Amino acid sequence: MKVMVAVKRVVDFNVKVRVKGDGTGVETANVKMSMNPFDEIALEEAVRLKEAGVATEILAVSCGPVACQETLRTALAIGADRAILVQTDVELQPLAVAKLLKSVISKEQPKLVVMGKQAIDDDSNQTGQMLAALLGWSQATFASKVKIAGEGAEVTREVDGGLETLSVKLPAVVTTDLRLNEPRYVTLPNIMKAKKKPLETLTPDALGVDVTPRLAILKVVEPPKRKAGVKVADAKALVDKLRNEAKVI
Amino acid sequence: MTQVLVLAEHDGKTVRKATLNTVAAAQKVGGDIHVLVAGHDCAAAAKAAAQIAGVAKVLHADAPHLKDELAENVAAVVVAIAKQFSHILAPATSHGKNVLPRAAALLDCQQISEIIAVESPDTFVRPIYAGNALATVKSADPIKVITVRTTAFDAVAASGGAAAVESVAAPADSGLSSFVGREVAKSERPELTSARAVVSGGRGMGSGDNFKILEPLADGLKAAMGASRAAVDAGFVPNDWQVGQTGKIVAPELYVAVGISGAIQHLAGMKDSRVIVAINKDEEAPIFQVADYGIVGDLFKIVPTLVEELKK
Ligand SMILES: Cc1cc2nc3c(=O)[nH]c(=O)nc-3n(C[C@H](O)[C@H](O)[C@H](O)COP(=O)(O)OP(=O)(O)OC[C@H]3O[C@@H](n4cnc5c(N)ncnc54)[C@H](O)[C@@H]3O)c2cc1C
Ligand SMILES: Nc1ncnc2c1ncn2[C@@H]1O[C@H](COP(=O)(O)O)[C@@H](O)[C@H]1O
Repeated sequence: MKVMVAVKRVVDFNVKVRVKGDGTGVETANVKMSMNPFDEIALEEAVRLKEAGVATEILAVSCGPVACQETLRTALAIGADRAILVQTDVELQPLAVAKLLKSVISKEQPKLVVMGKQAIDDDSNQTGQMLAALLGWSQATFASKVKIAGEGAEVTREVDGGLETLSVKLPAVVTTDLRLNEPRYVTLPNIMKAKKKPLETLTPDALGVDVTPRLAILKVVEPPKRKAGVKVADAKALVDKLRNEAKVI
Repeated sequence: MTQVLVLAEHDGKTVRKATLNTVAAAQKVGGDIHVLVAGHDCAAAAKAAAQIAGVAKVLHADAPHLKDELAENVAAVVVAIAKQFSHILAPATSHGKNVLPRAAALLDCQQISEIIAVESPDTFVRPIYAGNALATVKSADPIKVITVRTTAFDAVAASGGAAAVESVAAPADSGLSSFVGREVAKSERPELTSARAVVSGGRGMGSGDNFKILEPLADGLKAAMGASRAAVDAGFVPNDWQVGQTGKIVAPELYVAVGISGAIQHLAGMKDSRVIVAINKDEEAPIFQVADYGIVGDLFKIVPTLVEELKK
């Protein structure tokens, strides 16, 4: 079974992002970029499926500027066999990404697509669901456990009230939650090996997809700042403040 | 013409509060508000939806294959009735996030996720980068498909309305997926996202057992209980307690963070609380930068005395 994983290059989760002075976005020049953490989990899951003899080939796909090659090389070092970059400098929104991935899928015919539940830059939480819709496939979002069984998969999902388990037909799109697995570290020998693995480049035009943004970003601002409050000496002083100053109890 | 559809969150009998917050957001958009109640044997929920203040009509889709509200089947209902609406809104709960993007893609619309303000019928504000920036976005799509951050909109009244309930047909079962089971965490406490107060524990709690010392505190404050991701990851408490960028967003009157360092991903989920209290032994912990009141010290000493003080 061929498994495809979608990986997005994002500002590293440890970076404290700064809004640009002109209000057009956040500062991304000279900022550390990494693979979206949820996508690392998606990739790890695919690699484990391969190690378990369920997956036969892992294809990593990223859409965005040429720098995404770096993210794809990381994917190859973690264990993907091949990579495809859909290269564009247009700011991609989830619907456009879903369309690009769909077009790649029509050529590649994977049985399972694993992706993150959410990109930590746009916090959209849409692309997987959209991709499943466009393909007419089943979807299992926010997965914390995936078990492949024959022509289906049993997926445990993290939902507001607890956990829910679904049985989905393959092919399917699964999106990962944080507790699905703990991604491995890339090792130097694997980074070396990754350099020799195939990385193909396509374009939205070649795939016949219009990626024009549907949402215009009018401005980006910093959220109102909370001011740090006071330290109090003990529980007694705290209760006094909560009762008489904040009047919250 | 502005006509807004709200996808209800319900349990078959009653309508969940997130629906009321979403109707509030719909009112900011303007126009007639219709509420879709999709499920099985959910006539009571449809009736409850009809009582919501400000709702003009309830659309009730009832079919056996809608029972567990699987994304494929619920999205199909939304798509089937979408054309009469200028806006389609759902709460940004795990259910809304699961279903709505699927419907949006089928309608060829770019969803706008987790809005916190409505500037005009086509322009909305939403947090990005874990709430470290707020983007104002304008949609060019014919139907605006939107999920709503419930904490950003004050709930409308659950009663006072008298909307008509109209049945709508559900498209056939997609057959793509089926429901296997559910593990619902039962709790006598208020629900995390709508509680007036929240007491959360972090890795500093040390173990699941130690969370017991937070219970009398939560009892005293009539609070829901939450946690950081580290506490959930370590298996101290269930996953649905997680507060943060990728967990639940809360904005109670009072948020008490115990043994939580205050990583940006955690702050993203609670920094809009009215009053924040932090208890942490590290005076440099970033949580103190957003806390209104902080106590530096050992939580195992402070929490029990706090419980006693509250009783006085
Ligand atoms: C993609 C991604 C998404 C994430 N999403 C979330 C999210 O939604 N929510 C979330 O919470 N995190 C999230 N995280 C994780 C986040 O980055 C932090 O790792 C996490 O919040 C840390 O949890 P913590 O504060 O409990 O643990 P720590 O950072 O380890 O802090 C523990 C604190 O307890 C204090 N302490 C220890 N013992 C005591 C004691 N006896 N008395 C008093 N204080 C004590 C310590 O001083 C310390 O400050 C995410 C991370 C990533 C990469
Ligand atoms: N530009 C992209 N390239 C590859 N995958 C992407 C891209 N954007 C989003 N994704 C995938 O979709 C998931 C959800 O992203 P989002 O809907 O933007 O929150 C991510 O975790 C990725 O797996």
